[in-house]
Amino acid sequence: MRTWLSAGRVNQLSSTDTATDSAAENEAVVETDAAREAVLAELTERLGAAVLGSYIRPGDDLWVRVERSAWRDAAEAAKSMGFTFFDYVSAIDWLPSPFGRDMDAQEDLVVSGAEPKAPAPIVQGYAGGDTRFQVIARLYNIATAKGIHFKADVPDDDLSLPTWSGVFAGANWHERETREMFGITFDGHPNLINMYLPTDFQGFPLRKDFPLLARRVRPWPGIVDVEPMPGVADSEEGEAE
Amino acid sequence: MTAVSDPSQLSDLIAEATDTRVNLDFESEGMTLNMGPQHPATHGTLRIVAKLDGEQVISAEPICGYMHRGYEKIVEVRTYPQVNALINRIDWLGSFANEVPFILAAEKLMGVEAPPRAQWIRTILFEMSRVANISLFLGDFGLQLGGMTAGFYAFRDREHVLNMIESATGGRFHPNFDRIGGLKDDLPKGWIADSHVAMDKLLAFCDEMEDLLVGNEIFQSRTRGIGVIPADIALNYGLSGANLRASGIDWDLRRDGCPPGLVYDQADWKVWTHPDGDCFARTWVRLQETREAAKIVKQLLDTIPAGPVMAKVPRIIKVPEGEAYVATENPLGEMGYYIASKGDLVPFRVKIRSASFNNISILPWVARGAYVPDLISILGSLYFILGDIDR
Amino acid sequence: MGLVESGRVPKPLSKLLNLSRKYSIWAYQWGLACCAIEMGAAFASPRYDVMRLGVIPFPASPRQADLVVIAGTVTDKLAPAVVRLYEQMPDPKYVISMGSCANCGGPYWDSYSVTKGVDQLIPVDVYVPGCPPRPEALLEGILLLQERIAHEDMAERWKGEPIVVN
Repeated sequence: MRTWLSAGRVNQLSSTDTATDSAAENEAVVETDAAREAVLAELTERLGAAVLGSYIRPGDDLWVRVERSAWRDAAEAAKSMGFTFFDYVSAIDWLPSPFGRDMDAQEDLVVSGAEPKAPAPIVQGYAGGDTRFQVIARLYNIATAKGIHFKADVPDDDLSLPTWSGVFAGANWHERETREMFGITFDGHPNLINMYLPTDFQGFPLRKDFPLLARRVRPWPGIVDVEPMPGVADSEEGEAE
Repeated sequence: MTAVSDPSQLSDLIAEATDTRVNLDFESEGMTLNMGPQHPATHGTLRIVAKLDGEQVISAEPICGYMHRGYEKIVEVRTYPQVNALINRIDWLGSFANEVPFILAAEKLMGVEAPPRAQWIRTILFEMSRVANISLFLGDFGLQLGGMTAGFYAFRDREHVLNMIESATGGRFHPNFDRIGGLKDDLPKGWIADSHVAMDKLLAFCDEMEDLLVGNEIFQSRTRGIGVIPADIALNYGLSGANLRASGIDWDLRRDGCPPGLVYDQADWKVWTHPDGDCFARTWVRLQETREAAKIVKQLLDTIPAGPVMAKVPRIIKVPEGEAYVATENPLGEMGYYIASKGDLVPFRVKIRSASFNNISILPWVARGAYVPDLISILGSLYFILGDIDR
Repeated sequence: MGLVESGRVPKPLSKLLNLSRKYSIWAYQWGLACCAIEMGAAFASPRYDVMRLGVIPFPASPRQADLVVIAGTVTDKLAPAVVRLYEQMPDPKYVISMGSCANCGGPYWDSYSVTKGVDQLIPVDVYVPGCPPRPEALLEGILLLQERIAHEDMAERWKGEPIVVN
């Protein structure tokens, strides 16, 4: 049975594999992904200094972070390397949400009159990053069944990026959606109108500082029973919550 | 136009008029046709604004967003089991299939592997949801082209599959059965035998659809040669699933990029492609896929291993920090979830790569030059679910 | 009829008219989301056949319909269309809100783009809860609606004043 090689640690708690199998898999954990390393090497050769960071999860996936100005060149390079299947373009906002998680854990309780909590630091994910917003895209190579994730930093004061719609026609709609959700414009895009939201919608919903108003107006009560069960109410009338 | 009295000029004009493609040298404004959000043929609330020149479409622009529910935002404040319950409703016809890539991505980050029995049952339910989804497509497509019988048969025979899904999971739709580390419950007694019977009925249904639709002269003339999508354009737009295979590209994520956790390599099955790339090809590929899915289910039913259905996972699920993308071959195409996690109870960012979004983005390209009834054929054969486009 | 408008309908006649109206409801086809499939199963499948109750799901146009079943999530972008289609229906008209999304926003109660319940836009006669409600639940909703029609005062309905059910 194939399994994930994530983090070098595999839970075999419920499998019926024998000990020899797990030994073989522990050896496999150390193996590096030669095919993906080759892809990364070729990409670095074509793009040069524009490749700012990368991450390979062996047997699984490859992340490459490129410079913003080389965003379109990266697409063309990948396309000429055989990555012709366009998967998606989107963005990630790495700011931890100032509204918290709205769960019913102790740390989520908002005590009125208390000091506002210090905002958590911005930590990016795989392949590093310097900015709050990162645009992420994915391409596939049908012949070799490999995919690449491309990431690019987008600075807060200039939220724009070159468009991919000249290279991959499918990027047209994805970039429209990214713009209306995050506010990142794509230079050279023919038609950057709203995809999902009405034209008069204000704000960029997928940004972390965009509040979910229904939760602000009436916070999620969580697992606390706000009302006593019927029949129990009479005996517990005087009790506080 | 002034009256024409000269007979030779008149005969010239008549000769020109019989050739319908010739523009008779007079100015006419194109008409804008709005196939609004309420329309029986748009599979839901899709709005298409088509500019017509006579009966031909000059441009067809889909306007989405009428079913946009903001999934990617609201899952950021829900725990992983709560997200699982919610994402059933993206592709609402084959609901179980929506849960699987998300669960697999979370399992990837946690380093948990579901036990073999759970993997078998997951794959069986996945293929059953494919059968349920595409059998409705076949009926619906027939319905839109005018063959109402197909629609009724589809709803009737789908009930067999929904019965089986309901007896195993408790819900006809939206089973919410998959869990990180396995499944919620084991199968009820007698389910395997009943599922064999149900799949036999579905195979008979596929034969019936073939009789009703594929050989039908009207169906052929309405779908052959209509909406041809060449292979390189399909790749450019990111078409997936049967749409891609009908353009001749042999790519199936179940065989080529199958994530660990699904057991397609334990069954003997075939990937169907068609070189034409027109509406007929897409329908034909889907018909064969339904048959193949029923056969996969029958094979897997005979070989389910015994054992537990749930691995040991903590009660409160906190997925470790990391990013993962898992895509599977869903009934509509390739559906993937990109989970960025910060080691918390809730996901940090979930990007839902839905198949229908890419499938419909090609509509402006495909619909140029088509006639209005062909627009219906093209829409139907591209096959999308609004929840999948709009998320 | 002049009797109806002036409010002087004799009781047996009112009963007869209501009986004939409740067994010939024309529901128009408009499904929004997942509940639409259950509605389709109720309307089109031979198993949960709704035609045996007298509800005919033929019209695709609101202009010829008595009943609209709002089945599925209503978003803010779609809201003007819902109101417009409701206004296009001729009186007397009925609305069934099917599913929790149409009742109150449902599982998307905190979303930025979902209308929290279709009763913010149009008056609703029957709410059918569920996510999605089984086709049998929708049939029960239709039965409740028929009961409501049977007991209603036609003159009040024609005049457009609020209806009081006995």
